[in-house]
Order: sequence, then C-alpha cells, then structure tokens
Amino acid sequence: MDDKAPVDGVQTEDDVLPWDDAVDETAPQDRIPHDLLDPRRRPPARDDVRPERWRTVARGLGELLVTGGVVLLLFVVYELWVTDLLNQHTQTTLTQQLQQEWKSAPQLPPASTAHGAVAVGKAFAILHIPRLGADYQRVVVEGTGQDQLTQGPGHYVGTAFPGEQGNLALAGHRVGKGSPFLELDKLRPGDPIVVETAQSWFVYRVLGDPRTGNFGTDPSGIPGQQIVPPTDLAVISPRPNAAADAAPSGAYLTLTTCHPRYSAHQRLIIHAKLEGAGIRKADQPQGPAALRAG
Amino acid sequence: MYSWIWRSLPGGTGLKALLSLILVLAVVALLLFVVFPWIEPHLPFNAVTVDG
Repeated sequence: MDDKAPVDGVQTEDDVLPWDDAVDETAPQDRIPHDLLDPRRRPPARDDVRPERWRTVARGLGELLVTGGVVLLLFVVYELWVTDLLNQHTQTTLTQQLQQEWKSAPQLPPASTAHGAVAVGKAFAILHIPRLGADYQRVVVEGTGQDQLTQGPGHYVGTAFPGEQGNLALAGHRVGKGSPFLELDKLRPGDPIVVETAQSWFVYRVLGDPRTGNFGTDPSGIPGQQIVPPTDLAVISPRPNAAADAAPSGAYLTLTTCHPRYSAHQRLIIHAKLEGAGIRKADQPQGPAALRAG
Repeated sequence: MYSWIWRSLPGGTGLKALLSLILVLAVVALLLFVVFPWIEPHLPFNAVTVDG
C-alpha cells in the first residue's frame, strides 16, 4: 500500500522526528535494490545522494500518522460503543442480583428510612426515568468513584437514601459507560423520577412549573435544572444550594452529570422533590402510575 | 514500518496475511482492554461529580 505513490525529490523535509532514525537503520538495505530496479520509482538524478533515506523517513512518518488516526478512531468506538456494551452487561447482572436479593430477603426493615450505611460499591436501588424511555432503568450503586460510576449511577456517600429527608444525590456518566444521564437535559418540570428500593417506590418530581416549563418557580427557590461549575458542592447539600450543614427542608433528589457533553467544564444538575410518601411494593407490585404515565 | 513488518513475517502470502491479521487483532485487543481503560480516567468527559 505504501509503494503506490511515485516519490520524487519533494519529500525532503528537514523536520524529522528523532525516532525516524531508527527506521532508517534497518530499511534502506532491504529497500534500495528493489526500488532502484523499478525505473518508475527511480528518483531524479540530482537527488541521487539522499533520496532513499528521506523517502523512508517520509513513508515512516506517514504510516505513523495514519496509525495514530486509526488508534484515535478506535478509541472513539471504544468510548461510545464498547463501554456501553460492557455496562449493559454489568447492569443486567446487577439487576438480576438485586432482584434476587430483594426477593430472598423481603423482611428487611419496612418502608422508607430503612437504610443504614450501604457498603461502597453495593447496589441498593433502581432508578426509573420514564421521560428517558418507558424501559429506562439503572441500578444505583453506593459511591461515586470511577469504579462505581463504571457500573451505573453512583450515590454520593453521606447523602440521603431514597425517601429520607435531605438530598438523595446521584452522579452518572453522560457519554459512555451506558450513558445513563446522556439525555438528562430532556427532563422537564414535573417529570417523575422513580426510585425503587427493596420495599418501596419513591416518586420524585422535577421542580418547576409543568405548564410553562419554567424550572425556577418552586417556592423553595430551588431550580429544577441548573448548570454549575464543578466545584459547586452546595447542589448536593441536604437542602440543595444551602450550606452543607443546613438542616433538611424536605426530601429532595439531585442528579449530577457533566455538561456540555464530552466536556468537564460544567455540571448539569437536576433537582426533584419527593411526591407524597413512599408506596409499598406490596400494595403496588407493578409500580406507581407515574412510572407508566411519563 | 508496515512493509518492514510484512517482510519480516515468515511464510508465503497466505501465512503472512494470517499472521498480519492476528497481529492487528492482538494490537486492537491490547488497546481496547488495557490501554484505553487505563487512560480513560484522565479524560475530561468522565468527570460527572461535583467535588471541591
């Protein structure tokens, strides 16, 4: 493939990279007889002294650049497709494990504030967001380290658990790793975000006015959607956007992901508030109506 | 570089082609399962949490 283009004296750039010397050492002995036998490839006479060397260098450089391009493309494929496949598998496994666990230990502490500490890395809830698809569900794991977020949305350690007063804060990948929060910007005020635990369903609703689509109308002053710098820890405070040690003023849910897509420049934040109390699974095994209405 | 690899491979065209294919697959596997997972945490769009 590299022998096609007739090479003349044009490619005698001086900006040679250091590693190209290594290519030179081995190639010319093999190459010279073959190339010179072919009259079409014979370089012009005026360059007879050094064309072979430069031709090899230029060719090696070109091959390196092409290779680099292919590797970059492969990385895009990996990031957008392979990590999604791997995550799909992980999520399926986690879902099965969690359902099994819930089935085999149904008599854990009842209803809402049942969670003690959950070990980091442990799956403990399933997130449903009807706006992102009727079948959208992701297993939530405890912790927001790389390892946890590779598995699915992660629960910020120390924030509230489903149904509790305070702020249930979850982080998730926007691009790759199953892209759980890719379309978080599609959420509108009033959209349900349903959290399923061993015993209960909890329906949170995105803050704001469903009729006008205005995120900023909640009397508490907490917006349904906001974009903040990555250092803005207040968004996951017990009372969102208050001090970290402020007393909880309700049961909130906060989702964080990166913004804009493919960037770490800012964070996209969604705030939602618990609607009513938790719904016992025993009462509604198929889930609340909000799960199907969205 | 590639012509040097091709010349270095033993056997006839068929065997060379087969060995090349194996080499390519090995490199792709190395990239997908070792190199990329390793550099990935350092890339910007993986930062999704708020932290001080």
